[in-house]
This record gives sequence, C-alpha cells and structure tokens, in this order.
Amino acid sequence: MGQTLFDKIWDAHVVSSNEGFPDILYIDTHFIHEVTSPQAFDGLRARGLPVFRPKQTVATADHNVPTWNQHLPIKEELSRYQVDMLTKNCAEFGIELYGLGHPFQGIVHVIGPELGITRPGGTYVCGDSHTSTHGAFGAIAFGIGTSQVEQVMATQCLLQQRPKRMKIEVNGKLHKGVGAKDIILYIISQISAAGGTGYAVEYAGDTIRSLSMEGRMTICNMSIEMGARCGLIAPDETTIEYVKGREFAPKGEEWDKAVAYWKTLYSDEDAEFDSVLSFKAEDIEPMITYGTNPGMGIGVTQHVPQTSSFEQKEQGSYKKALDYMGLHDDEQLLGKPIDYVFIGSCTNSRIEDLRQVAEFVKGKHKADNVTVWVVPGSKQVQQQAIREGLDKIFDAAGFPLREPGCSACLGMNEDKIPAGKYCVSTSNRNFEGRQGPNSRTFLASPLTAAASAITGVVTDIRDFLSEEELVS
Amino acid sequence: MSTKIFKHIQTSAVPLPIENIDTDQIIPARFLKATTREGFGNNLFRDWRFDNDGNPKQDFILNNPTYSGKILVAGKNFGCGSSREHAAWALADYGFDAVVSSFFADIFKGNALNNGLLPVQVSDDFLKKLFDAIFADPNAVIEVNLVDQFIKIVATGEQENFEVNPYKKACMTNGYDDIDYILSKKELVEEFEGR
Repeated sequence: MGQTLFDKIWDAHVVSSNEGFPDILYIDTHFIHEVTSPQAFDGLRARGLPVFRPKQTVATADHNVPTWNQHLPIKEELSRYQVDMLTKNCAEFGIELYGLGHPFQGIVHVIGPELGITRPGGTYVCGDSHTSTHGAFGAIAFGIGTSQVEQVMATQCLLQQRPKRMKIEVNGKLHKGVGAKDIILYIISQISAAGGTGYAVEYAGDTIRSLSMEGRMTICNMSIEMGARCGLIAPDETTIEYVKGREFAPKGEEWDKAVAYWKTLYSDEDAEFDSVLSFKAEDIEPMITYGTNPGMGIGVTQHVPQTSSFEQKEQGSYKKALDYMGLHDDEQLLGKPIDYVFIGSCTNSRIEDLRQVAEFVKGKHKADNVTVWVVPGSKQVQQQAIREGLDKIFDAAGFPLREPGCSACLGMNEDKIPAGKYCVSTSNRNFEGRQGPNSRTFLASPLTAAASAITGVVTDIRDFLSEEELVS
Repeated sequence: MSTKIFKHIQTSAVPLPIENIDTDQIIPARFLKATTREGFGNNLFRDWRFDNDGNPKQDFILNNPTYSGKILVAGKNFGCGSSREHAAWALADYGFDAVVSSFFADIFKGNALNNGLLPVQVSDDFLKKLFDAIFADPNAVIEVNLVDQFIKIVATGEQENFEVNPYKKACMTNGYDDIDYILSKKELVEEFEGR
C-alpha cells in the first residue's frame, strides 16, 4: 500500500519506535522565542545539560516587541526582561539569535521560510501553535509546550504519538476577491474549531496547488484553528522556486540532491487517509468571523446564525459569544462600523499581503473612524516593502507601516485593541480578549481588512472589484 | 528528574459548562511574561474572574464559595488555541489535579500530562451526568482513578472508563520524565544523525 506524504516524512525521522511508547521523532530545526523558552532554559540548568544541537536551534524575539520606535528600549519592564533573558540564554547556550535590530529579526514563522531554513521533508517545532505554518513546504511542523521545548533542547528529539491522517481537497476556480485566507476560514467554518483535532491535515486539490507559497503558508498557519496537529502541502515547482537561493537554502551539489529528494515527497495515489473532505472553490465567498472562535465564520454577505439553530446544550456557549461580540441573532455584519484594522501576524504579514493591500489602497484614504496598523512580519519584509515604495502608498492612505513583530495579534505587547472596540484583523484568533481585554475581533483576509479600513464599516471587497477590477 | 505523581483522587469538583474554552481564557497572553513556572494560578481565567479594576466578578464560578475541589469539569474542546504550557501551569498552580471534558485540544492535553494535571475525556452523556450531579449537590464527591482508568460519581456509583496513553500513565503514576527516557536512548539519536 502507498504512503501519505505525512508518513513518508514521519518515518524518515523516527529514531526509535517501541510498542506501547510514543515514537522518538528527530527534529531538524527548533525555533524558539522569548515567551515559551525561559523555563526550558532553567530546566536545562537544573539538569546540568547543554543544548544538545545549538546549531539546529534558531531564536528570535517577536511576541513582546514594540512595533514603533524599535530602536528604543522596550518600555514595559516585564517584556524587556523577557527579551533580555532570551539574549542572555542564547549567549550562554550558544544559540544564534536574530534579536531586535538584527536584519533577520521577525515573527518566527515568517523568518524560517524566508531564510530558507524551512524546507520540504523537514521536521520543525516551536513553542508556538502556529508552527503549523511551515508545513506549507511539505514538512512536518507543529507547536509544542515549554516542557517539550526543554525536551528538544536537551535531545533534539520529541516523544510523539503518530496522529491520524486527514486529506482536505479544494478544487475549482476561486471567485475574484477570494484568497487563501478565505479558503481556510471557510474550511474551519465548515468543520469547526475542533474538526481537525487528532489529525495531520494534508491540503490538496488544484485550488491549493494554484496558490503561491505565501498563500499556502496562510492556509497551513490556521490548521491549528481547527485543532489539527499540523497541516502540510506536497512540495512542487512553486515550493522549489521559493526556496532556491535563500540565505540558508542548500547550494550547488547539495541543492541538486535536495531537490531530487523533495520530488519524492507526495502522497502515493493509493495512500489511505483516515478522513477525506472535499470543498469546491466556487462555494467560497470573502469570509469574516462573527464569534469568539475561528470556526464561527460566515461569508461576508451572510447573517449571523440564530441561537435556535444550535443544539440545546450548545446554545449557552453560543449566546455568550454573541453577547461578548455585541451582536444579535440574524444580524448582518456588512455595513457594521469598525474602529481598528490590523494587517499583520504570522498569518498575513508577508510581502505579497502588503503588495496586495498597497495595490488596493493606492489613491484611497482610510475612513476617519478607523485606526489602521500595518505590521510587516519581518525586518526583511519591511525593507522589501520600503524598496518597492509601499510605505509611501500606505502613508498616503493613512496606513502607517510599522516595524516587525506579532503586534496586535495577541494582546501581549504595546499594540492592543481597546475594550469594546471592533477590529477587522488579518490575524488568526478571535478569542475573547485576544487582541486586548474585551476587544472584539472580526477575522478576515487582507483585502477585506483593507476595504473595511477605507469605508469604515465591514465591507465586501467585491463591491470595489466590480468597478475597478483590482485583483492580484 | 521526577515529576508530580498522580494515582487517584476523591474530591468535590468545580463545574464550568462552557464549550471551546481556549488557552487565552485560561491565561491571557499579557500574563505570560514571567520567566518561572510559579504563580500563574493568580491569573487563571483572569478576564472571566476579575473585572478591569481587579475585583472578583461575583457571577464567575471560581468566585462562588459554594463550589470548590481539585477537579475542573468543563465543556467540550477544552484548551484549544495557543500552545502555551502556562495554561496547564495556571490550572495546576490554582490547585486543580484533573480537568474533565468531553473533548480536549491536542497540545493542551500533552502539556497537562507533562505537568501532573490529568485530562480526563468522558462521553457527552457522562459529562452531562457530572454537571447535573455537581449542580444538584456542590459537595458531590467525584473519584478519578488513573491506575484503573475510571471516573465515578461516588454517591450514585455511576462511572465511566477513560483512555490514557500507557506510556504517559506510567510517567504520571511513577513520576517518570520524558527527557530522562530520551536521554537513555541517546546512542540511538546519535546513530540516527550519522545515517
């Protein structure tokens, strides 16, 4: 019987497999950041252990960093301390750190791919659930807790139970104004925030195949939002072209050898999956979430579901979510005034996202009632945007281009959405308080976010496209 | 290094019948700035438990003295979202030894097991029985037995078996540690690297 892509990569990384025990899985690269690593370093000290493979460990500071005046010391004392601890720990244990001010600094899931560290066939972990992003290259990549961060530091391995395998196919042609973010929000809205739990999900089908690497990263990034252990997409020419020539990508003979291997990485035709789901691209509208988990999404023209449409035992949780969001049964989000627009996060802060937004907002200006933050995913994305003059377009539109970091995705650094305010956000989570205590999040694509910033209300991007045919 | 040992407990329980409780609710990101594992219990369910001025919200279950105990019983898909182990640390630091739900998110489940906090997955029906029993009698004693893998409402004798990975069960009942286990196989790791 044939093998799935997931099993091919997993099997190539099993150090030891014993009945009744989880597999010992070898990790090619361990990404670390300031929030989930300090207790792991302390654990190593308590055990008197070094980092086993410091050269396979890559560090950056992203969660706590300010995105304005980054050259100044971090104002918040605890944030500053955590970032300083990372610097100190990396120096002590011999780990390369792309910290504040370094030309490679950025959100961990943006820099791995852009530096050519993330490659097909590899295994990648990080103390961050959005590590699933790296699966876009045809790799096994998932988030881990701090005890496991310590485990990987100490051994370069992880004890892991092999998950079940799911295939999600999307076929057909996308409507104008619909992109990768809408695809993944649609899938999660169909299968729920727990629909992928226990599975490694392979995305396939001609719609997925037609996406750029950055679009594929957006899809894999949100695999965790349906509970999946990881998401992955078989590598193809698009993948190989993206990796080629990047800072740490293999070169010369090594490159040829690598590419030959990568071309063997696909699910065999007779490979068996534990679950297979299929969706049609034509069914997908620009998406927006209305509730407090990413499964609570609808097409932007649709109405919020009725409480009575849910089972009795689910109605309490549903009502709680609508109350938090200040919404009611059957309400339409279209036309609802908003206060903030956040374009950024490991889901949508790459150069293509910024180009798409810049192309759309060129010659337009944001509505007076809206504050807009555009936060590049990395120093390299920021520099590229400036080289292309996108910063000037953004400035003219009232969309200041900030400095790289996780920013308003998670309500941890200075960038927070105030209580009660609505934010159309290109990030990945709409949980209660995610963007700041009592903030209210509508998740959407970069185009929907940009259009809503211009009008000041939740907007259907297609209203603009019909007149101007602005599509990337 | 040994970790906390868990074999069985008999205690009252705290009911939290909300679905999809994510790790941002268990411990919001702004409280993840500590660099040690201690003290997270003070901010467990912070924004549900306290208002903006830090005063306890009277309608939240943890602020209701009627309910207490070492078991948290919660709605399905508990612990979804972020991989932050701080969520497991916060629950354990507050004093919970077990969390019962009809469904757990993967990463949370692993983090809990690595911290001596037992995730007990029960059927939807049994979860409802638990909620009913606790709301009818807040002092209802619940037994969670990891050795024999069952959960029981002591007064009525209603019980259900639960699954747990045999390796993790051995770790929790003996205080074994994953890192010690992998280090014992270090020569295999080095051999793998040489392939």
